Amino acid sequence: MRRQTRALNTDETSQFGQIQPGVTLQDRYLVLGVLGTGGMGSVYKGRDLHFPNVTKLVAVKEMINMATDPTMQEMVIRNFEREADLLATLSHPAIPRIYDYFTQESSSYLVMEFIEGKDLEAILHESDEFLSEEQIVAWSIELLDVLTYLHNHKPQPVVFRDMKPSNVMVDHHGHIRLIDFGIARVFQPGEKGTMIGTEGYSPPEQYRGEASPVGDIYALGATLHHLLTRRDPRSEPPFSFAERSIRDINASVSPELEAVVNGALAYDPKDRYQTAESMRNALVAAAKQTGMLPARTSAALKPRNEIEALWTFECEDEIRGTPVNHNGKLFVGCYDNNLYALDGKTGKFLWKFATEGGIPTTPLVYDDALYVASEDHRLYALSPDTGQVIWTYASEGPIRGSPAASQGHVFFGSDDRYLHVVSSATGRRAWRVEAAAAIRSKPLVHEERIYFGSESGDFYCVDFRGEVKWRFRAKRAVTGSAVMADTLLFFGSMDWTLYAVELDGGWQVWRFRMGGPSISTPVVNEGKIFTGAADGNIYAIDARSSRESWRFETEHQVTGSPILQEDSLFCGSVDGAMYCLDYRTGRQRWKYTTGGPITGTPIIVDNTLYFGSTDHRVYALLT
Amino acid sequence: MSSLKRIFNRLMGRPSSESGESVASEEAKTAPLNPALVNGAKPEAPVRHLVYGAAQSVGMERDHNEDALFVLTGHVDGQEAMPDFGLFMVADGMGGHRSGEVASAISVRTVAKHLTSDTILHLFDPDGRDQDRSLHEMISAALEDANQSVVKEVPGGGTTMTALILLGEQLTIGHVGDSRAYVIDGKGSQVITRDHSLVERLRELGQLTPDEAATHPQRNVLYRAIGQGANLEVDVVTHPVPHGGYVLLCSDGLWGVITDETIEHIIHTEPTPQLACEELVRAANAAGGPDNITALLIYFPPA
Repeated sequence: MRRQTRALNTDETSQFGQIQPGVTLQDRYLVLGVLGTGGMGSVYKGRDLHFPNVTKLVAVKEMINMATDPTMQEMVIRNFEREADLLATLSHPAIPRIYDYFTQESSSYLVMEFIEGKDLEAILHESDEFLSEEQIVAWSIELLDVLTYLHNHKPQPVVFRDMKPSNVMVDHHGHIRLIDFGIARVFQPGEKGTMIGTEGYSPPEQYRGEASPVGDIYALGATLHHLLTRRDPRSEPPFSFAERSIRDINASVSPELEAVVNGALAYDPKDRYQTAESMRNALVAAAKQTGMLPARTSAALKPRNEIEALWTFECEDEIRGTPVNHNGKLFVGCYDNNLYALDGKTGKFLWKFATEGGIPTTPLVYDDALYVASEDHRLYALSPDTGQVIWTYASEGPIRGSPAASQGHVFFGSDDRYLHVVSSATGRRAWRVEAAAAIRSKPLVHEERIYFGSESGDFYCVDFRGEVKWRFRAKRAVTGSAVMADTLLFFGSMDWTLYAVELDGGWQVWRFRMGGPSISTPVVNEGKIFTGAADGNIYAIDARSSRESWRFETEHQVTGSPILQEDSLFCGSVDGAMYCLDYRTGRQRWKYTTGGPITGTPIIVDNTLYFGSTDHRVYALLT
Repeated sequence: MSSLKRIFNRLMGRPSSESGESVASEEAKTAPLNPALVNGAKPEAPVRHLVYGAAQSVGMERDHNEDALFVLTGHVDGQEAMPDFGLFMVADGMGGHRSGEVASAISVRTVAKHLTSDTILHLFDPDGRDQDRSLHEMISAALEDANQSVVKEVPGGGTTMTALILLGEQLTIGHVGDSRAYVIDGKGSQVITRDHSLVERLRELGQLTPDEAATHPQRNVLYRAIGQGANLEVDVVTHPVPHGGYVLLCSDGLWGVITDETIEHIIHTEPTPQLACEELVRAANAAGGPDNITALLIYFPPA
């Protein structure tokens, strides 16, 4: 099928032949020049020769009749004259007056008031910065006034049909004028084959041929969205305003104004402002709130927890790591050097095991043994029932990376720069491999390959013989661990980036820039990746397109990792709270505030959420 | 210091030093896991590679072909075996006075030039890889450059572009317009590109049913294509290699004329990708062949 995207451009319309300056139409209108060109013909600047003693300027809009069949041509002319008659009856300061119309040869002409000024599209092009909210609100109120006038016209409302920045002029007095009524549409060819692209401002129902006052409201919303964000909707997918939140692009816009614009842009006409008056009222109310009243200061209320803890348990120092649950027992490492074993149901203390350093790592249960890595350089294998030592393995530096296990071996990185591989049964080293810097990420073991990041930013893929298969270089440390989905690995870096790297060859497939460094380990579900960053955000990113689905802003850094259960996402923040979000939308369901930053990751077992806080406590919450 | 060792050190990001060789790095090379603990040796497997087929037709109503297609594949076996790699493209040009076929040809050439030098050549030079750019960014840049070339050299012309690059276990697809990439495997068929057409947008938003969309008079209106302005936003998506399944790239002269069910049926019935492509084109012509038809089908052997 033959196609064309977008409207005809200037070069193409020149083939229709513009009227040259000096030509007089109807023995009355002397053409002085071309003001603009559109798909249907040109608009000329003209002089009305009926006023020989003064220079009375007019705008002459030309519409070329492209119908070929004489009956059709006549119908087009009749429609044009009916519309022109209607426009001539309108009287409003923002609407140019219609002086005359006529048809000659294959074109019809509308003679209108000549307005000097600049249209909003030109104003937008000429400024490098965002236009001020105050200015846009002032124009909006005038636009809503004129729409109110048109929509209340008797006997029938007049629909403008073509609200967009280039159809709104700002005159020399700073007032707006609507310059192009949708009259040209009677000249639009309906034939197949010549296709005009989408305008970007039109409401979805217009593509079914419906024109209504709420359609003008949508187009006004689209116009305001463009003015506020400087993002031209004609270069975006149609009807995608909701994907480009105004305040994400231009943070200086008030939430109040954004809400009014969004109220005009609802996809379903029933969900929009139903009248220009009601939108005007909402806009005035919003302007009063932002412009005339001082910004409200939020009272420093102590947040009340909406949900209650099942139990809490207090240790002697900060808990920075993540707990693990095994057969009803909860194991958690603490900066007081102890590993605690608690009863998962009641929080009752069972036993503790003292290492000689802090435990920032997550313990591991594998083959009925409990493995704990400590800053005292050692990895301990303990009996989960009693806490008795089975064996101890010493590395040459503090261990800040959590252990992983596979095929009878425990894998972990140490600040001594080695990835150690130790027999889980005996504690004897099978091999180790040296990286460029300390390894603090938890190794990911999959199909006889080990994937881990290091503090130099190097990320390695090593096989079970310790041979490096590939290496990827991030710009800063990779402290968080990688997660795998299909054939991609996802991991965050201190260089503010979340990377997606192909499993087999280490190709960087995409990267997503966050607002700060990340040491969070991502989690993947339903094609979305969820992770946290030091900019305080929890992000949801589409794994295939790398586009952001949503972000949720906590009040401080997010260093722990999110976890998912059913349709909820749980994640702690350094602001001290554990958040529960709807993972599809990122909306907050509840939050639970502790007495200190939460730096680790929660776990869920039997509908109970367990996590530690730097307020020294372990919390158990019912989800 | 052996050359093997130097390569090893380079891979690990360590400075090569003659003196500082530790016992550990010796171990790293020479101390495998106890084979008894590693799931035993893999059985001998025949070397199997991807198979593709391609077919084109001007159609029944047009007098010239504005579609372009491109295939580059490779495989390496032996000590340095690597998964199959490849670059595949379908472009459907538009615009009068031959500008459509020129636009699609220029675009294919430009994208091929960028992606072979930015990605495929680096298969043989891993250290030379540009770690500062992701495949998504490289593909976007390649299509954007094609856009610049078409805007400059073929005013009034435009083209769709669906470009797929296969590296390792991952397919990455750059796409604008309404040509399509399908993944067809045991779970059925799935379109993994998004048509940048007005009717598809209306369908996504629930304004049109799929049946209405298929017959809508404006179904050929695109809102995004190469050659339609200074700025081009490229969709880039990534998808795992569908082992034991197919990827089909095609122009709307195929998918707009025969149903997805027919396409899937033909692919599963014909014995080879080449015969399947020929049959797909024949079926589209039998259904009227209103437009140029291009089909490019890739079969990926089971892992």
